[in-house]
Order: sequence, then structure tokens, then C-alpha cells
Amino acid sequence: MTTATILSRKGVGTIALLALAALLPLAVTEPSQQNFLILILMGAQMGVAWNIVGGYAGQVSLGHAVFYGIGAYTSTMLLLTLGLTPWIGALAGGLVAAAFALAMGWPCFRLKGHYFAMATIAVAEIMQILVTNSDALEGAVGLYLPMDQSGWGVLIFLSKLPYYYVILGLLVLTVLVSWAIERSHIGYYFRAIKDEPEAARALGVSLTRYKLIALTVSAFLTAMGGSFYAQKEMFIDPGSVFATTISIKIALIAILGGVGRLTGPVLGAVILITIEEYSRTLFGSTGSGTDMIIYAAMIILVAVFSPSGVLGLLGDLHRHLGRHLPGAKPAGGETSAKEIRP
Amino acid sequence: MTADILIQVLVSGLLIGLIYALVAVGLTLIFGVMDIVNFAHGEFLMLGMYASFWAFAIFAIDPIVALPLTALLLFAVGVIVYQTVIRRILKAPMLSQIFATFGLMILLRGLAQFFWKPDHRLIPHSLVSGNIALGSVQFGLPQFVAALGAVGVTGALWMFLHRTRLGTALEATAIDREAATLMGIDGQKMFALAWGIGAACAGLAGGLIATFFPIFPEVGSNFILIAFVVVVLGGFGSVTGAFLAGIIVGLIEVLGGFLIGPEYKTAIVLSLLLIVLLVRPRGLLGKA
Repeated sequence: MTTATILSRKGVGTIALLALAALLPLAVTEPSQQNFLILILMGAQMGVAWNIVGGYAGQVSLGHAVFYGIGAYTSTMLLLTLGLTPWIGALAGGLVAAAFALAMGWPCFRLKGHYFAMATIAVAEIMQILVTNSDALEGAVGLYLPMDQSGWGVLIFLSKLPYYYVILGLLVLTVLVSWAIERSHIGYYFRAIKDEPEAARALGVSLTRYKLIALTVSAFLTAMGGSFYAQKEMFIDPGSVFATTISIKIALIAILGGVGRLTGPVLGAVILITIEEYSRTLFGSTGSGTDMIIYAAMIILVAVFSPSGVLGLLGDLHRHLGRHLPGAKPAGGETSAKEIRP
Repeated sequence: MTADILIQVLVSGLLIGLIYALVAVGLTLIFGVMDIVNFAHGEFLMLGMYASFWAFAIFAIDPIVALPLTALLLFAVGVIVYQTVIRRILKAPMLSQIFATFGLMILLRGLAQFFWKPDHRLIPHSLVSGNIALGSVQFGLPQFVAALGAVGVTGALWMFLHRTRLGTALEATAIDREAATLMGIDGQKMFALAWGIGAACAGLAGGLIATFFPIFPEVGSNFILIAFVVVVLGGFGSVTGAFLAGIIVGLIEVLGGFLIGPEYKTAIVLSLLLIVLLVRPRGLLGKA
């Protein structure tokens, strides 16, 4: 198998998938189902963004809600106070989140593993408390987006369809950034930091510098997702964008699909959001706990039986079948494809 | 007058701090023995509270009297959790370990909500109720008994770890697992024991506070982050450290809440976590 055929096969697959995603709302016209698709794309976008720092660079952040919330609050405050269009507001939110990531990462990246994860939880929790008690940000009451305007300028729509295409566009952008990083020398440094930090340091790779790059890019993209959330829900409060449960969900999406792989978080979002939404509608949401039980059982099963996520599971299955089916590709197919890549 | 208020604040801080210590010693024991952070630790406390509640509601047994039962029950829960889930992730990547115990946390909350409804419940008319007045300083008898119980349990755990063969074996496993195995100590058994004891400690804390704290499925979330701070400040794996740190965190929380505002008390405690992580990651008494 040559590089060219792999790339072109991948290219065709990507274009087909993109076309499918673009045409999907033509078949799915029910607003509640379109909303469901939007939720999947939002989840995928968060997961792909988290994957840059949590997957490629292996720095497990359990506080990504802090970036999500910063994005949501920055674009919303700019819209409410200055009337600034969320197109620019989302970029501003990304910048603020990136600056916050630099300030937070500088000290926190001296910590490893559990310690780093705990520090990120603490930062996000502190931020949630501060925003909840801030009068300027309306505290626990939350912010409402203007109900009397709509259109592409203010990015507020009466139907679901435009939201679908906006978030699809943001997901594509996020995947492109992630893909560019994966292929560039930065991506190789990230993986070196994750797998062999001492060796990477010995070779002159500045660990802190590349961890900071990973966190900053990830924070920027996560914040844009937060801005989108505000536009779609038209209401934000600290509990809905800064909560630790959101941080966990972001990481979980990536882990469920398979960390450190481009398509992992997308697959993870499809599975997680589907189960979340269906268990909610099947068993009711009024505190019966059933949705939590299913959600939790799934997390535990993946953690225990498939540390490399559903993608890893599929890979195992593929290899397993390959060994037993005559004429099928031998086990090494996937790994050699990785090695050929420039 | 101001001195009175200050003493009052310090006493409340000390009382709650001792409870934090008891919650955290189990967490730090588990971490010390096997390097796994248990995100479901607050849920062990929650189960301890419900055990007390049902013992009271069904059999009319007072939470204080039911404590040995609560401990036994939670010990069993800890061992079962270890045998069914934790045993399988001992060698898994850190991410899987975090999410396995995190999943347990949500699972136990979900089960509690499913079986016992999300309502807040209280145990009325426990054996211990009312206030004690020492001069101008007042505090609740339930809080006082709970703090006393926390001191007793933590002391008993310390004695167990340092004065018994089994406890020493557990400590040995924490210090160097391979060497302990060579000495004929069964690592798997020690791990299960650590989970049993850790869960029992959290359960006892739950039973002790059930006399004055509302009981509901998510009650563990009030304690888990603070328990993390205590574990980090005390030094991962150090029971003595966790005991001291629990008191310090309790004092800082109440004092900070008093000086800056109660709505910021959790933020103050979490800032302490960040400061300790950055300035002295091994905590007060942790291994370097």
C-alpha cells in the first residue's frame, strides 16, 4: 500500500463524510432531531479541541469548562454591551481564553499527571465561583441574549438549520487545525512529550513551550464552542458553561472515541450524545437517575475494557478478524500506514 | 467581643476540619497504597449517610449506635468496588483510572437517586442534639460528637497501620510493592484491604455527620474537592499528614468564609490547593 493510495482513500472518505453531513438536514427536518444533530456536532467540536492537549500532548485537563465559559461570556458580554457581532465576539473569546490558558499553563505545567488534572479542576471551580459572585456578569442569574433580533449578523436564528451549518463549519475548522497540528513537526513534539518526556527534553524539545502551545490552541477552539453554545441557547449562567460536569464531558467524548486520534472524538460524540439523549427521553429526565446509571456504566466499561476507546476496540476487532478471515489484510496494516506517513 | 467571635469561628473550623480529615484519610490511604485517585470517595460518604438513615428509618437504630454496622457495610462496598472495577485498571493508563473511578462516582449517585429519590432527608431527634455552651462559645453537640468520632477513627487507623502486623504489611505495600511481595505479602489482598478501609472511613464520616447534615444523592460533591485539597496538603499517602491538613483546611475554610464572605469559602480552599501544588507538591508530610 503506498502513501498516495492511503491519502486519496482518506481524502475521498473525508469528502463523502462532509457531503453527507452537509446534506443530512435535508433528510432530517424535525427540529428536535436537527437539535440532536447540532448537539452531536457541538460535542465533537469540544472533543476534537480537547484532544489537542489531552490526547496528542497527553496533558489531561479536567477543567476545560473554564475556556468554554470564557468563550460564552466574552462573546455574549461584547454583544450585550457594545453590540459587537458574535463573529468577532467568538474570536475575542478565543483570544481571552488563549491568554488565560497561557497564564494558567505557565505554573500548572510544572505539575504532572494527577496533579495537573486536579489543578485544572481547581482553576475551573474557582472561576465558576468568581463568575457566580460577579455583579458585572449578572452572577448566578445569568445572561440573556437579545430576543428581538435575528439573522446572520447577530448569529441568532429562529430555526435550527442555520445553527447546524454554523457548528458544522466550526467543527470542520477545529478538525483542520487539529489535522494540521497532527501532521506538522509540532504534532510530533506533542507525541514525544506524551510518550517520552525525558527523551524529548534530552533532544532539546522545550516541554513547557509545546505544552503551552497545545493548551492555548485547545483553549481558543474550546472558547469558540462556548460562544456557539451561548448563541444557540440564548441564555448562559455559570452552572451551564463553567460547571465541572462540562469539563468531564469534554474529556469523556475524546476518551470514549479514542484519544490522540483525529476521528476519535467525533465518534465519541456520536456515541455519547446519542446515549445521553436517548436515555433521557426513554427514561425521563426528572431525577430518576437512570440516565446517570447508563452514562456511568458506559464510562466504566470503556475505562476498564478499552483504554484506547471505541476506535481502539474497532482496531482490535479488525486485527482479530484479519487473523481469522482468509485473504484479509494482515494485522500490521494499520501500524504500517502510520509509519509511511511523512 | 471580637475575640469571642474569633474563638467561635476557630472552634467551628476545627470541628468541621476533623470530619474533613476522616474523609481524606481513606482517600490518601488508597492513593498511598496503589497510586489511584478515587473520585468516588464522596459517594462512599453518601452511602454511609444513607446506611445511617435507613437504619434509623426502618429499625429505629440511632446513627451513632449504627456506626459499626455502617463501617462494616462500607468496608464490603469498598472491597466489592476493588474486586469488580479497580483490580482491572491497576496497569491501565492514568486517564482510564481517572475515568473508572469517575464513572463509579456518577454510577453510585445515579443508583442512590434511582432507589432513594433525590429528596433531601434528615434524621430527626438523634441521640445527640442540641448545643453546648462553653462560656460565650457555642457549638452543636452533633458536630462535637462527630469531630470526636473522627479523632477516634483516625487514631484507630493510625494504630492499625503502625501497631499491627496486617497494618504494617499495608504500609510496606505502600512504600515498595515489589519488596513487600518478596516478603510474602499478597499485594492484591492489601489493595482490597486499602479500598475496604478507605471506604469504611468515608462511611463512618457519613454516619457521624448524618445526625446534622442533610442526606441526598449528591452530598458527596460537597466533600470530594475539599478531601482532595486535604490529601494534597497533607502529602499523598500520609495519614498523619491528612489529619493535620484536615484541621488546617477546616480552619482556613471557616476563617476565610468569615473574613472574605461565605460564598467564597470553597474558592479559598481550592486556591490553597493550587498554592500547595505549585509551592510544595509533596505537601506537609508526603514522600519526596
